[in-house]
Amino acid sequence: MNSLLEFFSFTNPTVRTVVLGTVLIAVCSSIVGTYTYLRKRSLVGDVVAHAIFPGICFGFVLSGSKNPIYLMLGAILAGWVALILMDAIVAKTKLKTDTAQAFILTFFFGLGTVFLAYIQKSGSASQTGLHDFLLGKAANITRFDLAVFGVISLLLIVLVITYYKVFKLISFNEDYAASLGYNVRFYRFLLTTMTVIAVAVGIQAVGVVLMSALLITPAATARLWTHKLHRLMLIAGIFGALSGIFGAYVSFTAVNMPTGPWFVVFLTFFAILSIFVAPKNGILSKLKQKRNNANKINQENVLKTFYNLIERGVEQITTQVILEKRSFIPRVLESTLSKLKHQGFVDRNGSVYTLTEAGWDEAKRVVRLHRLWELYLTKRMNYKDDHIHGLAESMEHIITPEIEKDLLKELDYPTTDPHESKIPY
Amino acid sequence: MISLEAHNLTVAYDKVPVLWDIDFELPKGKIIGIIGPNGSGKTTLLKTIMGLIKPASGYVKVFENDLDEVRQRVAYVPQRESVDWDFPASVQDVVEMGRYRKNSLFRRLTQTDKEIVANAIEKVKLTAFKDRQISQLSGGQQQRVFIARALAQGADIFFMDEPFVGVDATTETAILDLLTAMRDEGKTVVIVHHDLQTVSGYFDHLVLLNTRVIACGPTSEVLTQENLSNAYGGQLTLLSKIQSIIKEKEFPIREKGFEKR
Repeated sequence: MNSLLEFFSFTNPTVRTVVLGTVLIAVCSSIVGTYTYLRKRSLVGDVVAHAIFPGICFGFVLSGSKNPIYLMLGAILAGWVALILMDAIVAKTKLKTDTAQAFILTFFFGLGTVFLAYIQKSGSASQTGLHDFLLGKAANITRFDLAVFGVISLLLIVLVITYYKVFKLISFNEDYAASLGYNVRFYRFLLTTMTVIAVAVGIQAVGVVLMSALLITPAATARLWTHKLHRLMLIAGIFGALSGIFGAYVSFTAVNMPTGPWFVVFLTFFAILSIFVAPKNGILSKLKQKRNNANKINQENVLKTFYNLIERGVEQITTQVILEKRSFIPRVLESTLSKLKHQGFVDRNGSVYTLTEAGWDEAKRVVRLHRLWELYLTKRMNYKDDHIHGLAESMEHIITPEIEKDLLKELDYPTTDPHESKIPY
Repeated sequence: MISLEAHNLTVAYDKVPVLWDIDFELPKGKIIGIIGPNGSGKTTLLKTIMGLIKPASGYVKVFENDLDEVRQRVAYVPQRESVDWDFPASVQDVVEMGRYRKNSLFRRLTQTDKEIVANAIEKVKLTAFKDRQISQLSGGQQQRVFIARALAQGADIFFMDEPFVGVDATTETAILDLLTAMRDEGKTVVIVHHDLQTVSGYFDHLVLLNTRVIACGPTSEVLTQENLSNAYGGQLTLLSKIQSIIKEKEFPIREKGFEKR
C-alpha cells in the first residue's frame, strides 16, 4: 500500500523519471505504431525489434558504455540493415515476405544473443543490465536516458502530427498518393525510419521480445472505439500510456521484475476489455442490441394481437384471450404488457387490457407493415399466398419509416392485402 | 486535339513484358474505353500512364507534356479492391484527399476546398452518406466515393480502372450520367473495362489491347469481328513462349540506348 502511495503521488524523483520516461516511450510507440498497424506491417515491427538487439550490443562494444546515444545509433543501424536485407531477399529471390521476415528475425536475434554472451564473458564491469533490453526494465531509466528518449519521442510525435495528412493518404492508398505527385518512396522511408526509431526507444521499456505488442496492440484496441484516424491515434496513445504507468509501477515495486511482460499484460487487459465494452463493435453492446430487438419484436407482436382481436370485435381482452389468439410464453407476455403499459400504449383495468390512442396507432403501424410486405411479396417477388405470412412476420419489425414510404409509393397506396384484409392507415 | 500520346511504349510487369512497343493517340473530350482480354495489359497501361510503373522504353505525353508538368489536370481512380475499406475514414475524409496538394503539406482545407468536396459528393449522390464510415458502404457506393475524390481534384482528364466492376444498377447509371456530363463539359475520361457486352453503349472511342494495340479509334470502327477475334481469339503461343524465356533467363527487353526512342 505504501509503495502504491509513493508511486502514484509522484513525489519521489526517481518515480517521476520512470513514469515520465515510460509514458513518453509508450505514447510515441503507440502513435507511430498506428501507422504500422494500418499499413498491415505488424510483423515488420516484430522483425525490427528483434533485429535491433545485436545493434545495441554492437553499440555497447564500440562505446564500452551504456550511453543511450551509442546504443540507439547501433539499434537504428541494425534495424535498417535488417529491413534492407529483408526487402532484398523478397526482390531478388523466390522467397516470399513471410519467409524473409522469419529468416531475418531469427538470424538477427541469434546474432544478438551470441553478442551478449560474448560481452558477458569478457566481464566488462558496466555490462550488467544489458540483458534488460530483452524484457525491458523501466525502473532503470536514468535522468540522462529520459532526456534522450524524451527528445526523440517528442520529435516523432511532432513528425506524425505534421505529416498527418500525407501519412493518412499514403496508408490508405499509396497509388493514389503517387498519382497526385507525392514522393511515396520518401514518405514510406520516413515512416519506416520512424518505426525503427520508435522501436529502438520502446525496447527500453518493454524489451526486444515484446516490442511489437507496444507497437500494434494500442492501435488495434483503439480501432474498436473509433472510426476516425486522429481519434484512433489519441486513444492508442492513452491505452499505451496507462499500460506503461501500470507496468512501470509493478517493475518499480517488485524487485528484479522486468517491465515488458507487465506492460503487455496491461495492454492485453485493455484489449480484452475493449472487445467486451466497446461501443457498437463490443460484445456487450451486441448483446444489448439483441435484447432490444427481442423486446421490440415481443411488444409489436402483442400490439398486433390486440389489433387482430379488436378487428374481430373482441372487447374484453385479458391475457387469457391474447394467449388463445397467439402463443406467447405467459411470463414474457406479462412482462411485455407491463412494459407497454409503462410506455403508455395499453391501459389495465382489473384483468382487462385496452389500447390507448398511441397504442392503437402503433398497432395499426405494425399491421400495416405486415400487410404491405405481404402485398410486396406477392406483387413484386411472385410468392404464392401460402408463403407470405411467415416472411412478413419478421419483416414488420425491421421496416423503417423511410422504407415504408418507398413501399407505399411503389405499391401505389393499396387498400387491401393479398388475403383481402384492410390495410390500416 | 490530342489528350494523350503513347509512343514506343514497352512495359514489363514482374519481368514479363506485358505491353510491347505500343503507339496510340487519344482524342480530347471523349469517353474512351481501354478493352482487351484478361492479362492483356490494360491495368498496366493505366498505371504506366499514371507514372506508377516505369516503362522499359518509350514515353507517354498527356496534353503534349510529361505527366509531372500537368499533374494538376490529371485524376486517377484506382481499382476499388486495391485499398482496404476498413481504414478509419469517412466518405468526406476520402473525398477531401482529392484536394491534397504535394506542395502544401501543412495547408488546411479552405472554404473553397470544402465547397468543391461537398459538390463532388453531391454529384455522385452520396451527400446523405458523407459522414459514414467507408467500410459501411456498399461496393457501388465505395466506387462512387473514389470517383468523387477524383472529381474533387478538378482535373481535365480522368483515368479510371474498372469502375463498373461489382457495382449495383443505381451506381452504374449514376456513373454513366456523370461521365456524359463530364464529357459535355469537355473533359476526357479514359476507362479500363473488360465487359465486351456494354462497350458500345458506354464508349465513344476505344483502344483494343492485347500486349500490342490491335485497334484504336471510334467505337464503331474498332468493334469489328476481325479486330475482336484478333484480340480475343486464340493465344499468341509463340509470343507467350518468348515471354516465359525472358522471365526465366532475365533477358533485357530492350537493349541499352533504346529506352527513350
